[in-house]
Amino acid sequence: MIRSIILALVLVVLSMPAFAVEPGEMLKDPALEARARELSKEVRCLVCQNQSIDDSNAGLAKDLRVILRERLVAGDSDSEIKTFLVERYGDFVLLKPPVKAETLFLWYGPFAIGVLGAIGVAVFLLRRRDGGGDEAVPMPLSDDERKRIDALMSEQDRKA
Amino acid sequence: MLNRLLFLLPLLIFAVIAGYFTVPILTKKDPHLLPSVMIDKPAPPHDLGPLLEDKPGVGPEALRGEVKLVNFFASWCGPCRVEHPILMRLAAETDLPLVGINYKDQRDAALVWLRELGDPFGRIGVDGDGRAAIDWGVYGVPETYVVDASGHIRYRHVGPLTAQALKETILPMVEQLKAAKG
Repeated sequence: MIRSIILALVLVVLSMPAFAVEPGEMLKDPALEARARELSKEVRCLVCQNQSIDDSNAGLAKDLRVILRERLVAGDSDSEIKTFLVERYGDFVLLKPPVKAETLFLWYGPFAIGVLGAIGVAVFLLRRRDGGGDEAVPMPLSDDERKRIDALMSEQDRKA
Repeated sequence: MLNRLLFLLPLLIFAVIAGYFTVPILTKKDPHLLPSVMIDKPAPPHDLGPLLEDKPGVGPEALRGEVKLVNFFASWCGPCRVEHPILMRLAAETDLPLVGINYKDQRDAALVWLRELGDPFGRIGVDGDGRAAIDWGVYGVPETYVVDASGHIRYRHVGPLTAQALKETILPMVEQLKAAKG
């Protein structure tokens, strides 16, 4: 019993996650293959749309992986390969959108909103500290209110 | 007074963002349909061999001369079977040239498919390894492109053609392109 549990655990530890990249696709040169892997992690599989071509088993993803490797072997730079893909499939093919006029808000919008919020909070706090004095003076009580408070207070005294 | 209006700013920002996300839902826009970046660019000049012995393949010159539809199809593709009757009707009822590109298919299977369902195409090129399709920006068959007389891509329809897409978008565009040429 214990032996079979240990065996099961060993098998679980030894088993590797399934990879989409097939052995036949891999390049002989390990350095180039490593570059291909890195690069294909940044390329979106157009069929599944939320996976990189490195993760996807779709036919198109495989074709793109092969093309990417062919171009690496032919001596293309990473950016040349990205340009090749973007020319055909648009910026959407890159999992990380490039920084340009249309994507400025996407990239820096959250920071801008954060900064605006921080400024708002700072202004609020400063104003409260500086001008707090005159704003914080309470309205004087009316005679009516004073009578009610006196009544409440004396009631409290009697209880105590 | 200005201070009071400032309090409405977050609400305004929320309304803008909510609107941005609501419009695609209300207009039933499918987020999986990607806009083509090949629009208004020349169609890739591939020389694709013929699928049939008695019908020409698709060379670069085949895409010039007149307005036409280029349809990527495969016998293994279910949605292609769905749209096929529409292509057949188009071939029978109009004189719009239909160019077929057989995508990553087995020749025998493609031949059987055309024999069974009919052949609406004027010419059929074979894209066995799918490389031509990648140059067109195809990301899933079927896809249909409107190519104008100068060989430029003008429109892409992703997925099976529908009678509605033809009537409301594709055929009016074809007419417009024909008129612009004449």
